[in-house]
Formats: sequence, structure tokens, C-alpha cells
Amino acid sequence: MKKIYLDNGATTMVDPAVVKEMLPFFSDVYGNPSSIHQKGQEAKRYLTEAREDVAKKLNAGYDEIIFTSGGTESDNLAIKGVAYANRDKGNHIITTKIEHPAVLNTCKALEKEGFEIKYLGVDNEGFVILDDLRKAITPKTLLVSIIHGNNEIGTIQPLEKIGNICREHGVMFHTDAVQSFTKVPINAKKVPVDLISMSSHKIHGPKGVGALYVRKGTKMASIQHGGAHEFKLRAGTENVPGIMGFAKAVKLSSDSDAKRIAKLRDRLISGIEKEIHDVKLNGPRGEKRLCNNVNIAFANVEGEALGSYLDVSGICTSTGSACSSHSLEPSHVLLAIGLDKGLANGTLRMTLSRFTTEEEIDYTIGSLKKYVEKLRKISPLKRVLKDVL
Amino acid sequence: MYSKKVMEHFRNPKNAGELKKANGIGEVGNTACGDVMKVYIKVEKGIIKEAKFLTFGCCAAIAASDAVCAIVKGKTVDDAMKLTKQDVIDYLGGELPQLKIHCSILGIDALKAAIKDYKEKHA
Repeated sequence: MKKIYLDNGATTMVDPAVVKEMLPFFSDVYGNPSSIHQKGQEAKRYLTEAREDVAKKLNAGYDEIIFTSGGTESDNLAIKGVAYANRDKGNHIITTKIEHPAVLNTCKALEKEGFEIKYLGVDNEGFVILDDLRKAITPKTLLVSIIHGNNEIGTIQPLEKIGNICREHGVMFHTDAVQSFTKVPINAKKVPVDLISMSSHKIHGPKGVGALYVRKGTKMASIQHGGAHEFKLRAGTENVPGIMGFAKAVKLSSDSDAKRIAKLRDRLISGIEKEIHDVKLNGPRGEKRLCNNVNIAFANVEGEALGSYLDVSGICTSTGSACSSHSLEPSHVLLAIGLDKGLANGTLRMTLSRFTTEEEIDYTIGSLKKYVEKLRKISPLKRVLKDVL
Repeated sequence: MYSKKVMEHFRNPKNAGELKKANGIGEVGNTACGDVMKVYIKVEKGIIKEAKFLTFGCCAAIAASDAVCAIVKGKTVDDAMKLTKQDVIDYLGGELPQLKIHCSILGIDALKAAIKDYKEKHA
């Protein structure tokens, strides 16, 4: 059976053109970019080109791009790197309740080391309340870290407004752009953001590679010690094949694809809303939502059960609740937007890609209708959505 | 993640639905903790003739509810009260993920609540 893959927020298929781009860098151009012989310098030239390609997407300088092993490492490097290098200035960091665990747990680790972390709440669509941010900044605040495009509910934060507040107060600003990179344009020359986390495998590149944009002049410490790679911020021989694949994936991405995916997203949302009663879209609509994210609560139906029925018919999705992934607690993001726990447990996330087709969307809507009806028939709950919200 | 047997019961639960002529009904759980289960039994001369369920819960919860109903059919209410989580797990092929063991317990709790309801009504 052909699979319908609607879990591109988890990871994506590597584009065949990316695979092709990478292959020579395993057994032909295999030199170490730090070596001074020709084989090494050949690899170094390609590495520099890749760095320029990634930088270009952000309108950044090539020396502002640090290649890492992925989004999680980029988040760790950004937050710990700023915290450790600027400890003399303060110990306060501001983040939100809807961050990815890579940011949340890095902050929790810093708490144990004496840093103070403020976790900002969000409104019912997942937006940071700018006034709350302003009020949370203290003379000891070093850094603000706020996710750009939320991985669960797709909310896109207003980077420029947040960045301006940080600038006014002389505070550094990091954003986890793992989900939004290449989907939402970021112009680092215009937007006052100092650190941007990116990942390759969310954009049809290979796993195990990502990058951190570090604005020139940002005072940073490295958190991994070794050689002088990556402008002394990230020791370790560069993953050249992975980086080449990542850069290719960046070059293949386009605004027109993002627009097309957004249309499919809206087709899926409106199809579900038309065909199935008592459903709620979590997160905002339109341009303030990631072009590939759909997150919907189905009243009186449990998300894992629904996801499993879809899986049986070849449709890969994920639950809004972390229930299926080793924890019984509903998603912290859904709770942060004030969703009822029962609805949070009845939430499904579907994330599209440029390979998603209209036929797949229509088939998914039909399957959802069938299985939601089946599960509602055997559910003891008969709640009406408006009574729960 | 789940065994074949669990998936069978989940995909095609034979005992799902309301039992209109039930003379004992038990409901446990709440949406805040995750699962809600309702078990219906029809008891005649001390024997459970029919058992059905309604469940809001994950695959394991649906499979466990279905298993509980299948196991107790034909048993006396006193025997049914002795049902253990191991009985349910064994019936489901001997394994449930650690985090899902509570689903089997919830199924048993719903059954016991139904038996209690029956006894109270017929004391």
C-alpha cells in the first residue's frame, strides 16, 4: 500500500536531488576541510559554498553560519553559549511555555546551574503577548528565546516586534526556526534577531545536520571543545556530505512551494470542518500559521486511537498529545493555549510537504470522517464542542 | 508498539456498543486523566450473559475493554469480580507496553463498577 505521509513536522523525505548532491562527498570529495593538502582544500571550497548558500537564504554573511548536528544542538549552543559567555552580565533568560523540548529542557538544565528562567504564557492561538514580554525583562536578562513557527500548532510569532523589544532593552534574541526555515522568509539584515536555529531534515535534507545563525559580534561561548572548526564555536570535523545535502535542500526550497502547500493545508482544514462536526482547529489561520501545519481536536475521540486507524489505512500522522510517544500527559503546547484536557487528548497533527498531493488530502479527509464516526460510536463521551470550549 | 492480538481487538472490537437491556452499568475514568470506559452487563441467574463497552481511549484501552467483555461472558458475577490485569494481558497475547498496563486495570475497574451497580439494584 502506498503511504500518505502527513508527518513532515517530524521529519521529511530526503529529496532525490539532495541524495544525488551528497553522494560524491562520501568517496570522491572526502577530504577533511581542515587539511591543507589539495584533497582537504577541495572539500573546504565546497563547504564554504554550502555555507554561503545557507547564509543567502537568511540574507546573512557566510561567517554568521555555524553548522551543527541539527536543531537540538543549535538550540543548545545558542542558549548555553550566550548564557555561559555573558554570566557576568546577569542570569535571567526569558522563554515561553510552548517551546520545543530542545529549548525547554536546555533552560531547565540551566536552572539547575543557577540561571533564572521565565516561561511566558501565550494567548489562545499560541501568540506571545508582547506586553508580557516587555514586563518580564529585568536588568539581569541576558537572552530571550522564542520559537518562530510552533511545531505543534503552527503559530508564527512576530519576530520583528519581539526583536525590537529585545533591542530596546539590550537583550539578545534567539529563535528556534527549525519548523519555519525556508517556509517563512527571514531577513537577518532587517529583523533584529541574533541567533536562529535551523535543521536540515525538516526541509527534505538529510538527518544529523543543521545550523545556527550567529549575528556578527554576538558574545558566545562554545559548548563542545576540540579543534577550531566553525569559527571556534563548534568543534569537530564538519559533516561535509550532510552539509552539502542541507545546502542543496535550502536551494531547492521556494516561496511558491510554500504558497502551494498553504493551499493544500487550507483544503484539508476546510474539508475536515465541512465533513466532521465538533472539531476545533488549534492555532491561527492564514498567513500567521505555518504553511504545512494542521492541528485539529476531534471532540469525544482519542487522538492515538484515531492516528492508529489512519495508520492502518496507510496515513501517517501524529497525535497532539504526547500520549503515544512515551508520556501520558497531554501536550504542553495545547495546555498552554488553554485547551480542555479531553480535547488535547483528542488532537491530531497533520504536517504536509511539497510532495503532498490534492488526492492525498481528499483521501485523508474521507478516512478521517470514517474513523472519527467509528470512534464516536464507541465513545462514552457525548460532549458538544461549544460546551467544552 | 502493540501486539497483533491487541491490534485485532482495536481494529475490530466485537463487544463495542451500548447494551440497551443491561442491568448493570459501570463507568470509570475522566477526560482529564485520559481514558473513560463504560461497561454494560446483562446478568441472568448470577451469570453474565452479555457484556459490552464504550471507551474513549487509546488502542490499548479499546482492546482491553473488548477483552474484558469477552472474558467475563458466561462467568458468574463472583468469578468476574476476581478478574486480574494479568488475565486481560494474557488474553491480549501476553503483552502490553508498560505505559498502557493501566488501560487493562481501567477495564477491570469499569467491569467491577458494573457488577457493583447490578448488585445494588438487585440486593
